[in-house]
Amino acid sequence: MKSSSLSSYPIDFLKKLLKDMLLIRRFEEKCGQMYGLQKIGGFCHLYIGQEAVAVGSIAALDLNRDYCLTAYRDHGHALACGLCPNGLMAELFGKATGCSRGKGGSMHMFDITKGMYGGNGIVGAQIPIATGMAMRFRYKKEKGVVLCFFGDGAIHQGVFHESLNLAKLWKLPIVYICENNQYGMGTDFHRVSAVEDLSIKGAAYNIPGKQVNGMDVLEVYEEVLSAVNQAKEEGIPTLIEAKTYRYKGHSMSDPGKYRSKEELESYKQQDPILILKNQMVDAKILTEEEYQSYDEECKNISNESVRFAEQSPEPSLSSLYEDVLA
Amino acid sequence: MPIITYREAIRQAIDEEMQRDESVFILGEEVAQYDGAYKVTQGLWKKYGSERVIDTPIVEAGFTGIAIGAAMAGLRPIVEWMTFNFSLLALDQVVNNAAKMLYMSGGQIKVPIVFRGPNGPAEFLSSQHSQAFQSYYAHIPGLKVVAPSTPYDAKGMLKSAIRDDNPVVFLEAELMYAWQGEVPEGEYLLPLNKADIKRQGKDITLITYSKPIKVVQEAARQLEKEGISSEIIDLRSLRPIDEETLYASVRKTNRCVVCDESWPVASVGSHVAWLISKNCFDDLDAPVELVCSEDVPMPYNHTLELAVQPSVEKVVAAARKVLYL
Ligand SMILES: Cc1ncc(C[n+]2csc(CCOP(=O)(O)OP(=O)(O)O)c2C)c(N)n1
Ligand SMILES: [Mg+2]
Repeated sequence: MKSSSLSSYPIDFLKKLLKDMLLIRRFEEKCGQMYGLQKIGGFCHLYIGQEAVAVGSIAALDLNRDYCLTAYRDHGHALACGLCPNGLMAELFGKATGCSRGKGGSMHMFDITKGMYGGNGIVGAQIPIATGMAMRFRYKKEKGVVLCFFGDGAIHQGVFHESLNLAKLWKLPIVYICENNQYGMGTDFHRVSAVEDLSIKGAAYNIPGKQVNGMDVLEVYEEVLSAVNQAKEEGIPTLIEAKTYRYKGHSMSDPGKYRSKEELESYKQQDPILILKNQMVDAKILTEEEYQSYDEECKNISNESVRFAEQSPEPSLSSLYEDVLA
Repeated sequence: MPIITYREAIRQAIDEEMQRDESVFILGEEVAQYDGAYKVTQGLWKKYGSERVIDTPIVEAGFTGIAIGAAMAGLRPIVEWMTFNFSLLALDQVVNNAAKMLYMSGGQIKVPIVFRGPNGPAEFLSSQHSQAFQSYYAHIPGLKVVAPSTPYDAKGMLKSAIRDDNPVVFLEAELMYAWQGEVPEGEYLLPLNKADIKRQGKDITLITYSKPIKVVQEAARQLEKEGISSEIIDLRSLRPIDEETLYASVRKTNRCVVCDESWPVASVGSHVAWLISKNCFDDLDAPVELVCSEDVPMPYNHTLELAVQPSVEKVVAAARKVLYL
């Protein structure tokens, strides 16, 4: 995108996108550190590199009404939905003040007051349930939409196909966003997909598909916004494939030997944060100093989230049997 | 005798059987080029190539069903489920096809297949990734279900499972992969239907299987300090259950605690406790106790997740209870 087209956006909106991405980056770096210090355990899947997808997409939502669902790589989506970094870090520390009260951990970030319905650990499982949540809007004749995020690995699960067929048949307001970060764990997506262009996978159900550059937050935003509008106004579901890349291993335990340094470096050259930052600097709506101050702010927020998490209490033993049933 | 890990024992079994029988192959997520999510299949792709060590997409229902079909047509697949949590997606294929084919074809179609992978809780993985699903499989006629607890048992039983003409569900555990034990150099096979007495004793019978064996062994050591002699029985096979070995022990000790890390309702442990209560009724000096997981999904918080599971303290307390101490 040329920087001239930036002029169609309010400056505050652009700054918010930039800050949201930067916060995810700094927060995730902090998570990596805390994992190293064994403050966080288990599976921890960082979102670094993919920030533009969650931020650009979720900017198209009305979070008072719309829903967002994703997989276990969910810290970025949670932050983009506006979940408090303190609550996220506390969740990662397993504390009672965590957004899932210490019961969910990294893979299960929830805050229904912000439209964030998780955080699913079973690959592909959020696809049918997101589709079901879209049913609500049609059933109640309300204007709302569901964003359903999943990976290039998840798209091959049977439930993806079952869900798309029904979404089309039942005119459900949902946007399926496949975050193609090129790998499902150690598997290059080419090795497990019969087609290279994942966005055509909606074609069998007459669902329009589109590939977008997932490193360009504005391109993501524009495509998702138009899909969101179509979904809300006409009940037309869409499939978007966002081409992106994760800079870190699949999870903290993955050394990522299946890809080359050169490949990783080449994606870092198209870093989503730098792309927007440079566009804004070129358009003279951002100075280097301002950028540095945002960066400081995001680092401070992340540090503060650690302090909050450290000082928070553990959940009580009696909470074990809470919330098993409603 | 060489000492190897549980992980290596399983790898050796797969390797030897692939070497012996060309119709044996393995498929699953990350089993080939990545050397396995838990490195069980390390080196096998290099050795046997992509025809026999096969990476699949993340499609449990699909590749499990495909493997069952291949078995019906005469191949001998080993299905690796990255964990048993994900086996739920394939449960229909296992229950309705693998387990039923021989019966509903009137004995015409055999399904020689092994389903294996880590089962049960690991650490810090929360509700969807820390589940012990053995009861689901043990419930199903037409399956054999085994859960060995030592490298020696794992190797001998996996080789038998691969050679067996029935579908065998083979349960491992992430936290057991690094466990070590003696395994002889040469080939050996172990039966799929026999429990093993892991420790001889006379005062109380402790029955368990798979990962909780270490908890139970430690409990036995503590009880010994109080002068209590425990006999530990490792079920090894969950379907069928080697009832005679259990009864013989309980008839000797007259007291029994069963330890099972799954939920209490309709579990292997509750079934075993019922079998003993019924069949050793006249020999028991106290009701059988069951030490199992708390009846809740697994929480992420580590203190809570430890509190959920069987522990040495819980086993010792149960033992003291049946001993009226
Ligand atoms: C049903 C199921 N099978 C396997 C796994 C193990 N697993 C977790 S993440 C993952 C890779 C998924 O890749 P992708 O969908 O591309 O998402 P990404 O991790 O790249 O964000 C696998 C195989 C799982 N969690 N659920
Ligand atoms: Mg991926």
